Amino acid sequence: MPIPLDGPEVLNREFLEIRARLLQIAASLDRMDRAAGTVRSDGRLQQIQRALAILQGSAADRVEQIQLVFSRPYEANWKATFARDRTKS
Amino acid sequence: MYYFDPHIHMVSRVTDDYEMLAKMGCVGMSEPAFWAGFDRGSVDGFRDYFRQLTEFEPKRASWYRVQHYTWLCINAKEAENVSLSREVIAMIPEFLDRPGVLGIGEIGLNKNTKNESIVFGEHLDLAMKTDEQILIHTPHLEDKYQGTRMILDMLCDDSRIDHNRVLVDHVEEHTIRAVLDEGFWAGMTLYPVSKCTPERAVDMVEMYGPERLLVNSAGDWGPSKPTAVPDFILAMRLRGHPESLIRRIVYDNPLRFFSGSRNFDFTPPEVYQAAGL
Ligand SMILES: [Zn+2]
Repeated sequence: MPIPLDGPEVLNREFLEIRARLLQIAASLDRMDRAAGTVRSDGRLQQIQRALAILQGSAADRVEQIQLVFSRPYEANWKATFARDRTKS
Repeated sequence: MYYFDPHIHMVSRVTDDYEMLAKMGCVGMSEPAFWAGFDRGSVDGFRDYFRQLTEFEPKRASWYRVQHYTWLCINAKEAENVSLSREVIAMIPEFLDRPGVLGIGEIGLNKNTKNESIVFGEHLDLAMKTDEQILIHTPHLEDKYQGTRMILDMLCDDSRIDHNRVLVDHVEEHTIRAVLDEGFWAGMTLYPVSKCTPERAVDMVEMYGPERLLVNSAGDWGPSKPTAVPDFILAMRLRGHPESLIRRIVYDNPLRFFSGSRNFDFTPPEVYQAAGL
C-alpha cells in the first residue's frame, strides 16, 4: 500500500522531531560519560551502538533490524530443549 | 468515527473513562483476562474476577452505550504456577456460555518458560474442546521476538487450530509479518512509552495492508492511554489515508473477527438509533 505523502513532505513534517530525538540520545550518552563509573562493558550499551550503526545504513527495514538487536534470539529446537530439561522451568 | 477497541482492560479504568471513550466514538470493546499486578492466591480469586468481567463491566459500559465483551484465561505471568493454572482452566467452562464471552484469552508467554508453554498448550486444548476463539498475548521488549516465534510454533503444530479464529496481539515490526503470513489476525497495541506509537502503527498498515489487522489501546493499570485508538485514527488522517481504510481497521475488522465467537451479539449504533433506543 503506497504512503500518501512524498519524501519531502515527510521530511518537512518530521525534521524537527528527528533533530530533537538525536539531541536526546546525544545528551543521554554524554550524561553517562559525565557520571561516575563506566558502562563501557554493559551489553545494553553495545546494543545501542549496534542500533546507531543500523540508523546510518540505507536498508529499508531499519526498525525491524533495530527491534532484533534488542531481542533475545529464537531457537527453533526450543521444544526439544524444554523436553530434555525436566528440572528447569 | 465509530470504533471498537479489541483489547482494553477496563477493570483498571474508572467510570469516567467509559464516558470519555464513548464520547470519542467507542461503541464496543473486548477485555481479555490478565494479570492484576499481584498473583492471585486461589481459583476463587479468578472466579470472582470472571464475575467482574462478565457481570459488572458490561453493566458499566452499557451506561454509556458501549458494548463490552470479554475473554477468559489465567494469564501467562500466573501460568508459572501450573497447578493453580490447571484449577483455573477446569473452572473456565462455568463461564463460557455467559453473554459476551468471546473465547479464551489473553493466553501466551511472558518470559518464555517451560511452565508458561505447558499452560499455553492446555489452554489451546480447552479452546479446541469447547470450540472457542483465541486471543493471544505476546511478550514485551527483549522477550517478544522469541516468545512470538514460540507461540507460532505451538499454534502451527496443532492441526486442530483454525488460524482465522486466532488473534495475536502486541505485534511489532519484527513479529507482524510472521503472524499475518500464517493466516492469523494481528493486533497492534499502542502504548505511550515501551511499545508501538500511532505513527509506527500507521507505517505497519502501509507496509502490510489492512487485511486481518487490528489496533488496540491495552488500557491497563500501567502507564497506558485508553484513547490510543482515536490517536491512531488521527494519525491515519494526518498521513492522508481515506476514512474507508481507517474504518476498516478500527471497526469493520474487529466486527469480522469477533463474529466468529458464538456469544458476539453486537448491535451497531445505526440499529440502536433506527429502533429508537
Ligand atoms: Zn492485555
